[in-house]
Amino acid sequence: MSRSEAAVNEWYPVAIDELLALGDVQSVTLMEQPLSVIRRENGSVHVQKADGGDCPVCVAYGHVWSSCGKPDHGIFDVPEAAEPGRRMVDCGAVRVKASPLRVVENFLDIAHFPFVHTDILGAEPHTEVEPYKVEIRDTADEVWATKVRFFQPQAAKSADEGQMTDYMYRVPAPCVSILYKTCPPRPGAWDVIALFVRPINEELCDAYAWMALYDDDSAQSDLIQFQQMIFLQDRSVLENQIPRLLPLDPKMEIPTRADTTSVAYRRWLKRRGMTYGAQLVAK
Amino acid sequence: MGLRLYDYVLSGSAYKIRLFLSLLGQEYEGVAVDFYPGEEHKKLAFLAINPAGTLPVLVDGDLTLCDTQAILVYLAAKYDTTESWFPQSDPSLLGRIMQWLAFAGRLTDTVGAARLHDMIGRDLNVEAAREGAHKALRELEAHLTEQGFRNEVFITGKKPTIADIACFPYSALSPDGGIEHDDYPALRKWMVSVRRLPGFIEMPGIHPLHEQHEMAAV
Repeated sequence: MSRSEAAVNEWYPVAIDELLALGDVQSVTLMEQPLSVIRRENGSVHVQKADGGDCPVCVAYGHVWSSCGKPDHGIFDVPEAAEPGRRMVDCGAVRVKASPLRVVENFLDIAHFPFVHTDILGAEPHTEVEPYKVEIRDTADEVWATKVRFFQPQAAKSADEGQMTDYMYRVPAPCVSILYKTCPPRPGAWDVIALFVRPINEELCDAYAWMALYDDDSAQSDLIQFQQMIFLQDRSVLENQIPRLLPLDPKMEIPTRADTTSVAYRRWLKRRGMTYGAQLVAK
Repeated sequence: MGLRLYDYVLSGSAYKIRLFLSLLGQEYEGVAVDFYPGEEHKKLAFLAINPAGTLPVLVDGDLTLCDTQAILVYLAAKYDTTESWFPQSDPSLLGRIMQWLAFAGRLTDTVGAARLHDMIGRDLNVEAAREGAHKALRELEAHLTEQGFRNEVFITGKKPTIADIACFPYSALSPDGGIEHDDYPALRKWMVSVRRLPGFIEMPGIHPLHEQHEMAAV
């Protein structure tokens, strides 16, 4: 277990807040441990291990979060969640037969857009990823990629035509990725789309998508299905990646410039000792 | 009033109808139903449209159809000006098409179930679902192999019919449910032929044929 101590003491999503009704008990697995997520009749939320022991609980960004260990920090801050006028959209959990870290890494990649999300988030021949800026912000200990620009035929449900889209990526926790992108109906503002991943084991996870958008027109079901369509296009690719674990050995893969965010993410994981779902030495 | 399709983007059955409408070049209005996570299909507003609570549902004027295969039959009979997708003059062909439409229901029950288990954690016996899926796919594989001997590319002959459209989605989506295509070469070849049809559209889990561009370039 020492190998994954850093992973044990993190917060992970275990349920969608709104879908946990009074009196509900939902069974989930977090890092191979069966947990019960309980909403008591008084509305309070509890997470219990199989032996009845209580796990820490936090409700944030539409989800119930918990941990098998003892996080020494609160959950990461998403200041945009408090901004008035945004619509919060829970898109549900999708199970993926891949390392949770691979799912996060895929979310950080733009080079695959024209090939996997053809004619939506990208299109040939607009395949070039222009240079962008990546940094590990020491104050908050987060990975940030900024000044990312990419041509997109349909950047969002609310987009009518192709446009250059600006992106920022942020990794505030090992199994969380938040992206900020141009908001078609409100130039100057950023739409927020986040992926919260719960490791079931090192090669299987549930990925929850959550959005905080400026969009007063689209139906909720349209917004959810747009996001699910994008994520399910990724899923079948992710399930075919070999090895299933995310390689942290630099000898394993040869990155290109477009992969700078991925390189920073992998280094950051290594530095934190976050090796659950990772392959340390190339086999 | 035009066609209205109550739709869910990840449903293989709803995709069957989207695909066929696209192949026919038929316009329609899509209404997204939040099947997951919202379970809108189990709520009163939707049950008033389809008491069975299943997707897709097609509405054309006063007509409401809730069975996927029945929707294919109706669309072909009404909107296919070529009369090639559901030819009714040849009794043998008509019988065979209907047989494969029924077979498609077995793919939905088995592959579709395994997919819901693997994708959104639906609680069901996934081993039984996968076993049933492989049994059905082996039958389709054997049939398509025989079709190959007759130089017939599609399920009921040289031309595609709604039998192909009914069987394609869950055959193609089976890896989503842990049912790989490795053992089914005739099936893979047939799926490429379906994907090359003019007007073909994809859905998540069914990738575009990028190799087609490369082959065209050679």
